[in-house]
Amino acid sequence: MHPTDFTLRGAIDALNEGIITSVDLTQAHLDAIAALNPRLNAYITVTGEQALAQARASDARRKEGVAGPLEGVPLAIKDLFCTAGTLTTAGSRILGNFTPPYESTVSANLLRDGAVFLGKANLDEFAMGSSNTTSASGPVENPWSRANDPDTRLVPGGSSGGSAAAVAARLALGATATDTGGSIRQPAAFCGIAGIKPTYGRCSRFGIVAFASSLDQAGPVARTVEDCAILLRSMAGFDPKDSTSADVPVPDFAAACARGVKGLRIGVPKEYRLEGTPPEIEALWEQGLAWLREQGAETVEISLPHTQFALPTYYIVAPAEASSNLARYDGVRFGLRVTEPNSDLRDLYERTRAQGFGAEVRRRILIGTYVLSAGYYDAYYLKAQKIRALIKRDFDEAFGKVDAIVTPATPSAAFGMDEKQDDPVKMYLNDVFTVTANLAGLPGLAVPAGLDAQGLPLGLQVIGRSFDEETVFAVGAAIEQAAGFTALPRLRAGA
Amino acid sequence: MSYTIEGRTGPWEVVIGLEVHAQVTSKAKLFSGAATEFGAAPNSQVSFVDAGFPGMLPVINEECVAQAVRTGLGLKAEIHLWSRFDRKNYFYADLPQGYQISQFAHPIVGTGTVEITLADGSTKQIGITRLHLEQDAGKSLHDQHPSKSFIDLNRSGVALMEIVSEPDMRSPEEAGAYLTKLRQILRYLGTCDGNMDEGSMRADVNVSVRKAGEGFRTRCEVKNVNSIRFVMQAVEAEARRQIEVWEEGGTVDQETRLFDTGRGVTRSMRSKEDAHDYRYFPDPDLPPLVLEADWVESLKASLPELPDERRARYVAMGLSPYDAHVLTLERETAAFFEAVARGRDAKTVANWVTGDFFAALNRTGLGVEESPVSAAGLGELLDLIADKTINGKIAKDVLAIMFETGERPGAIVDARGLRQVVDTGAIEAAIDQVMAANAGKVAEYRSGKDKLFGFFVGQVMKAMQGKGNPALVNEVLKQKLG
Repeated sequence: MHPTDFTLRGAIDALNEGIITSVDLTQAHLDAIAALNPRLNAYITVTGEQALAQARASDARRKEGVAGPLEGVPLAIKDLFCTAGTLTTAGSRILGNFTPPYESTVSANLLRDGAVFLGKANLDEFAMGSSNTTSASGPVENPWSRANDPDTRLVPGGSSGGSAAAVAARLALGATATDTGGSIRQPAAFCGIAGIKPTYGRCSRFGIVAFASSLDQAGPVARTVEDCAILLRSMAGFDPKDSTSADVPVPDFAAACARGVKGLRIGVPKEYRLEGTPPEIEALWEQGLAWLREQGAETVEISLPHTQFALPTYYIVAPAEASSNLARYDGVRFGLRVTEPNSDLRDLYERTRAQGFGAEVRRRILIGTYVLSAGYYDAYYLKAQKIRALIKRDFDEAFGKVDAIVTPATPSAAFGMDEKQDDPVKMYLNDVFTVTANLAGLPGLAVPAGLDAQGLPLGLQVIGRSFDEETVFAVGAAIEQAAGFTALPRLRAGA
Repeated sequence: MSYTIEGRTGPWEVVIGLEVHAQVTSKAKLFSGAATEFGAAPNSQVSFVDAGFPGMLPVINEECVAQAVRTGLGLKAEIHLWSRFDRKNYFYADLPQGYQISQFAHPIVGTGTVEITLADGSTKQIGITRLHLEQDAGKSLHDQHPSKSFIDLNRSGVALMEIVSEPDMRSPEEAGAYLTKLRQILRYLGTCDGNMDEGSMRADVNVSVRKAGEGFRTRCEVKNVNSIRFVMQAVEAEARRQIEVWEEGGTVDQETRLFDTGRGVTRSMRSKEDAHDYRYFPDPDLPPLVLEADWVESLKASLPELPDERRARYVAMGLSPYDAHVLTLERETAAFFEAVARGRDAKTVANWVTGDFFAALNRTGLGVEESPVSAAGLGELLDLIADKTINGKIAKDVLAIMFETGERPGAIVDARGLRQVVDTGAIEAAIDQVMAANAGKVAEYRSGKDKLFGFFVGQVMKAMQGKGNPALVNEVLKQKLG
């Protein structure tokens, strides 16, 4: 067996049993990256020497009998997490030269637990996108391709496209990701892997380049639900440096994966039956519910009446916050600065920001600035906040009746790199099933559940109560087990 | 008689409201752990949060919140147990995040009042609209290099309280009295050091004018005035400018102006048309600020005595309202007075502190806290008068020597032989000598020229080098002159 074929759980066991060393495991992944990254472009920065040094130190610790929960496990870190001494670009030209002197809390937690960092994963610029085509470092390719059309390059989804592609292609055992409107779940679904956006406040946002502060949440992507559970336990935890981080205990998520679903009530929101959803996605959804019933769960139709307003609400709130969060990229203190002789401050701003930001980021800054402007604030931003509260209330009421909600993860399988690029609204529709969990702050997990007629992976989504990731993992693991998803992408290490 | 400015068309009333920015006294900034000391080397007190680095997040400093609540309590204002921080968005080189975190919609403190005392002894209530917490920006330095601007972020993120008054003031004097009183309250509370020359307190002055009986006319805001005297001058200069505009048939446009202290005039900074659209919205990095009622109560219980209460207490101790006012202006002065007054007659102490002691301080240019004469020293001097060791006149000389040398009064009196003479024999001898030398005057006095009594007292005291006990001198002199 190729060392990159281990699951994260399997790798931890193998390391513990002395079957493999972290150095060998890390080297195998670095070799795979060297072979495949030129094509996939999943990593922006590969930190090979540092990774091997970390692996050696990890092996030494293990020899001394000191091993953290992730001791020696090689991971990819989305390039939105600041990593001390390592270039952190957020996929943007404007941070193209930015090396932070500090470590994000989430990545620091992983290092504390013994993880090895292979490098920084590609992403949509400032995490804005659903196809990983807006990165200043170029698009990421999905390691999967259509059976009858293997030459059309597909998107891995976004914004955590690099993280998902790297994990799917076996260029990392797992990866950090972030999710503002679906940026963990949609690429996980497109790449046939698992990914969870935990409850808002579960992971610290300190040191993560902000997109939309009230929606951003870090989470893991990995090849199994249990692997996600193991990673999330290390990533999560209260952080006094983030005022929105929650001071709640972090349970043993991996243990919850084995709980089973017997006696659970699973909600099926009728508003998620959208016109135009491909029949195979509808069918997969039904199949997923049937699997859960077979394992002893009860499925119940529920109503989330404000669902239809979620996407427009999201595309007001997120750009509004982004327009303010991205104001600090002004060419004054760090990052790109574009000036001409004798240019004044305004000129510096205009040139730096026009050249530093890509088209999608500029579009969202403009939308956000517009919806916060005097005269438009009440009609857009304030109204969106009210609808957001209603969407939250819908979920509160639903969770009075059910323990978890199951929906499709995405309205389609991965699409071609040149598709949907001409119409931003079409692109935004990718998030239709996922934005609600962000607006309500709830945990949402994507789990691979089957293939479409083209042989592309499709995922289901499990949404849970606030801070009840354990039930989400239990339901996700039950679907995973029943689905027996064993298909592999064409582009992968060792293939 | 209310204040008006006489224009060509008759008298004009002036309407003034103040927005005071007061730097919160605290070791650390509002949302970061960086220090706040004044005068540190540029950019030496800056955290990554203050510099707006990617991924940095604000975390509220509890001490700054406590200081704002104390100030609200001191202004007899409503404390809002629920308040919220908003972002005020604009671009400037010394504003690292591209927004200022401020409490626009939901301030921590609501309406309150400040009582001011005017020169004629009358008092007036000035309404407080609100007090909110916000962070300061950095500083742009445009004079360090021929073609570059330098940025100092030491102030970036420092906690400010913006204290907004109602448009309740009607003269430069009232504006000055309000600022003085506000500063006094803040200093008593220890929530702002009030050092206007270091920028810890600055005022935006809103001015409009009107004819008697009218509603408010358009106001202009004179930004960033940094002394009480300049505020008073700016009010008058701006009021006169507006009167001229109205009287020439023009209209005053709402705008932001600056006070040119050199020329004593205000000039336009930006008009309403190019006013920023600040795009305020709730800061998603900060949950609403929720205070426990018990916590506010505990701050209230530990509040120091405020100037108004202290003044009332002094009046009850027998001081004149004027002395009570003067002694409570500065917390340090009041503390000094109380230290001297402990166990002594309050009124006598007040006379000495506000009289000779203040006069001496003024001559030396020192503040109470730097005075070479300690409260204990002055107290000892007053004890020497009370036990008749020296008389009042000698005491004035001793105080002067104490200021010069820093010596204790007892030592001065002993070393210089200033002890007052209470020996009747010595007094009689001096009187005899004076009467003998002035036989003609004695005859005049005895023939009814009573006014000469003072002359004899003076001569006797002179003969005794001022050390005669005044009461005894009087008494014996009266007997001898018969």
